[in-house]
Amino acid sequence: MSPIPAPSDQPVELRTEALEALLVEKGLVDPAVLDKFIKTYAEDVGPLNGAKVVAKAWTDPDYRARLLEDGTAAIAELGFKGPQGECIIVLENTPTLHHLVVCTLCSCYPWPVLGLPPSWYKDPAYRARAVREPRALLEEFGLALGPEVEIKVYDSSSEVRYMVLPERPAGTEGLSEEELVPLVTREAMTGVAKAKSPA
Amino acid sequence: MDGIHDMGGMQGWGEVDFDPDEPAFTAPWQGRAFAICLLSMNRLTGRNLDAMRHALERLRPLQYLQNGYYGRWLLMAETLLTDSGVIAPGAVDARARKLRGEDVTEPPEPEPSKPDYTPAGPGSLRQIDAPPRFKVGEQVRARDIHPLGHTRLPRYARGRIGTVERIQPAAVLPDTNAHFVAENAQHCYQVAFDSRTLWGQEAEPFVLHLDLFDDYLEAAS
Repeated sequence: MSPIPAPSDQPVELRTEALEALLVEKGLVDPAVLDKFIKTYAEDVGPLNGAKVVAKAWTDPDYRARLLEDGTAAIAELGFKGPQGECIIVLENTPTLHHLVVCTLCSCYPWPVLGLPPSWYKDPAYRARAVREPRALLEEFGLALGPEVEIKVYDSSSEVRYMVLPERPAGTEGLSEEELVPLVTREAMTGVAKAKSPA
Repeated sequence: MDGIHDMGGMQGWGEVDFDPDEPAFTAPWQGRAFAICLLSMNRLTGRNLDAMRHALERLRPLQYLQNGYYGRWLLMAETLLTDSGVIAPGAVDARARKLRGEDVTEPPEPEPSKPDYTPAGPGSLRQIDAPPRFKVGEQVRARDIHPLGHTRLPRYARGRIGTVERIQPAAVLPDTNAHFVAENAQHCYQVAFDSRTLWGQEAEPFVLHLDLFDDYLEAAS
């Protein structure tokens, strides 16, 4: 194993620019392709994909059954696939069962449905505490679960990725699939929050 | 390796910094670092995610923490591209200084040293013929291993007994794939641990699930 690069005193913005310049000169990356890739992950691949999956599962019982049986295939039905989505398992919350997803060893996250992980998911405090004191952690996120609620934590240690199917909020019986989508946040699909109630 | 990355259960980090409205990239360099890393990694021997993760783990603990997630990614790419002789050691530093207007001599082109390694297929999942060694419901113990290289068996589970909940798709073994040694595709099991077997009798009651490779497990009975 060769040595790791020496710690650098150059700011990270400048190192990024330097590495890009070196790789562009070698013809290994194309700035236009980089721009397109960044735009895709900044704008297109995000939690809105997962929200559409959840809203469909709330309104279509057959889809919900397929989603829980084979998450990867049911998610691909809506066109969502790609890196970090080889095998996605969907975990269904109920009034007495709550799921929480973490990756303690890095920050594995189901990109095709949730996009890139937010800072809090990558925060050492989250990675450390989710597998040790999930109830206390969830309370800090504003989610106080009663003693009757069982908590299951999933530490993403292989290439399997997890997404939470939150409970459909009360008072949404009359809402359409499209109207339900904005109630589903990335926090609800990771298990640190419930889906939002309609305004 | 028993590094800073293996954070499960560590104490002393305080509260999580939470912003629900955060964009994908909080600064433009983060998006560029992300894209440069992922796209240049395809130029090595495939996009070896295990090698990428291990390059993160090889950072010194302070480096690991200093510039956050995308700062780590940048150093990870630099590490792997240097390992493979795509860029010379010190080349990024030298170029950064040059961009600041310093008079710097950049290092000469390195000898290419890409690993002689071909993935057996795309991604990480593989079909294997042998039946799984353990059945759903069976008790297993996570082995007490401390490899110098990469592993996806977190410290907090080593030596602990859990129950197989589900047979996951077979996949390449990160421990050997990360080092471009062998894919060693094998079964993977979702194993459930009672929180009290991990953190003692005073622990909050909950069930912890890990996806563990066959090599990480032994029969508990």
